[in-house]
Amino acid sequence: MEDIEKPFETKELTISMGPQHPATHGVLRLLLTLQGENVIKCTPHVGYLHRGIEKLGENKTYFAALPLTDRLDYISSMNNNVGYVVAVEKLFGIEAPERAKYIRTILAEMGRLSSHIVWLGTHVLDIGATTPFLHAMVAREKILDLFEMICGARLTVSFPRVGGIRNDISQEFLDQLYAFVLDFPSKMDDYETLVTENRIWKERTVDIGIISLEEAVNWGLTGGTLRGSGSDYDVRKYFPYDAYDKVDFDVPVGKNGDCYDRYLVRVGEMRQAIRIIKQCIENLPAGPVMADAPKFTLPPKDMVLKDMEHLIHQFILITKGPTVPEGEIYVGSEVPKGELGFYFVSDGTGKPYRMRVRSPSFVHASALPRLCEGGLIADVIANIGTIDIVLGECDR
Amino acid sequence: MEPLEIAERLKERFPDEVLDVREFRGQVSVTLRKGKIVEIGRFLHDEPDLYFDYLVDLCGADYLGKKDVRFEVVYHLYSIKHRHALRIKAEVPENDARIDSVMPVWIGVNWHERECYDMYGIVFAGHPDLRRVLLPEDWEGYPLRKDYPLKGPAQEWSGFLDVLDRSKKYKQYEWQG
Repeated sequence: MEDIEKPFETKELTISMGPQHPATHGVLRLLLTLQGENVIKCTPHVGYLHRGIEKLGENKTYFAALPLTDRLDYISSMNNNVGYVVAVEKLFGIEAPERAKYIRTILAEMGRLSSHIVWLGTHVLDIGATTPFLHAMVAREKILDLFEMICGARLTVSFPRVGGIRNDISQEFLDQLYAFVLDFPSKMDDYETLVTENRIWKERTVDIGIISLEEAVNWGLTGGTLRGSGSDYDVRKYFPYDAYDKVDFDVPVGKNGDCYDRYLVRVGEMRQAIRIIKQCIENLPAGPVMADAPKFTLPPKDMVLKDMEHLIHQFILITKGPTVPEGEIYVGSEVPKGELGFYFVSDGTGKPYRMRVRSPSFVHASALPRLCEGGLIADVIANIGTIDIVLGECDR
Repeated sequence: MEPLEIAERLKERFPDEVLDVREFRGQVSVTLRKGKIVEIGRFLHDEPDLYFDYLVDLCGADYLGKKDVRFEVVYHLYSIKHRHALRIKAEVPENDARIDSVMPVWIGVNWHERECYDMYGIVFAGHPDLRRVLLPEDWEGYPLRKDYPLKGPAQEWSGFLDVLDRSKKYKQYEWQG
């Protein structure tokens, strides 16, 4: 009897979660020190996907570095492209025409939808619900099909260009997208019926991984992860780029800063994305899709194939690059994960002297110990899902 | 507050530290000496009408052969409450590549400083856990320095050579049984 009354002896155990673990969303390795089921210490290890994108970007011209940004956050490459070209346009001092801005806004919101669908699917899958994942992937297929329709690629699109977009979009594309936009809210209702008020889901997420507003800002969290704590900081509202100042949308804000609020914020963002796309399609202006700035934008492809001057022009721009004013600039953009920023130092040549990528996933991964320590090991999974990281962007 | 006004405030408060103020496309960068960076950070963070609560980004930059002082550490600051931004840059010479860590002010700078150390070899004094973050611990050299070759070091990283050795060894076995 005495033996049973004595409390169980536990000793500290250090385990390595990842880098090949299905719930770490890529190649994230967490070194967890456990006391029973409690996490005492959590040390994230990243860098398995480091490809030196900053170094490569410094050795390429501004146009040639665009495809590198696809490989940052490979789930929403369209948003990275848009963020990159917006930053380069500001450095060059040119502006895209209205139609291109609207189309880029549509595409960025489609990218946000597809990324949030993956987040929703995998996050609930990690916690134990398989059905929403399977349903959500169907909707994502439709978005990827639409991407394929305009540029031929499904994931690494490289469609926007400095000064506009590569080519105009067709009426057929708009029709199909509009039909999708009308249909999608009912699908959202389906997903939410499965998850939002589900008792198991709430028990796994409510009051898990709480972070207060001051602390979240101090940690540098952005995007849905920050807004779950009650801030309304959204780059689309604070520094409007493209057509975001011409469309009407709300920024969903949470209250408690736990996993559940972050979930509600992102689900709200998906509904807002639908609203933005709908407004953009309805108000899409006519006109050119490439800025009239021949010194800074690539010539139209059909002219390059026909005309010697355009061919020479294209050759010079791609190999030598444009003549850029000297200076330095930081431009942020709201990608599904948070604030993606590009910092360029230009020395007057066609290549950036310094190209820096401020990636949200990197900061969010660094905050994992803050969220996980003191909790249970099962909550580690919930926390990884809720901060929505992609390791390609984290490691660059 | 307008960014140039903030730069003026900074100049008033730290007249000896501010070296240069520049504006480009509406963004202001203030170049500083590195000595009092934590004090300056605290001033920018705590002063009620400045209140830079959000450190957007920290990164290094290498101006080999372009400027007298080789390295710069660049801080991008933003105030969510007042909606103003500022960029401050601290000059770090090559022969004394050390600067104080601003982690006491903005805790989120943790991994940014580690990355800067990883890529440029700038040591952040007072950082609690200054290890390489993206590259392996036993990596030699600092890749984002301008004198580091783009195609990588001439000598392959020892960890990769280990893997190659091991794969050679495993090829001797007949896995089919």
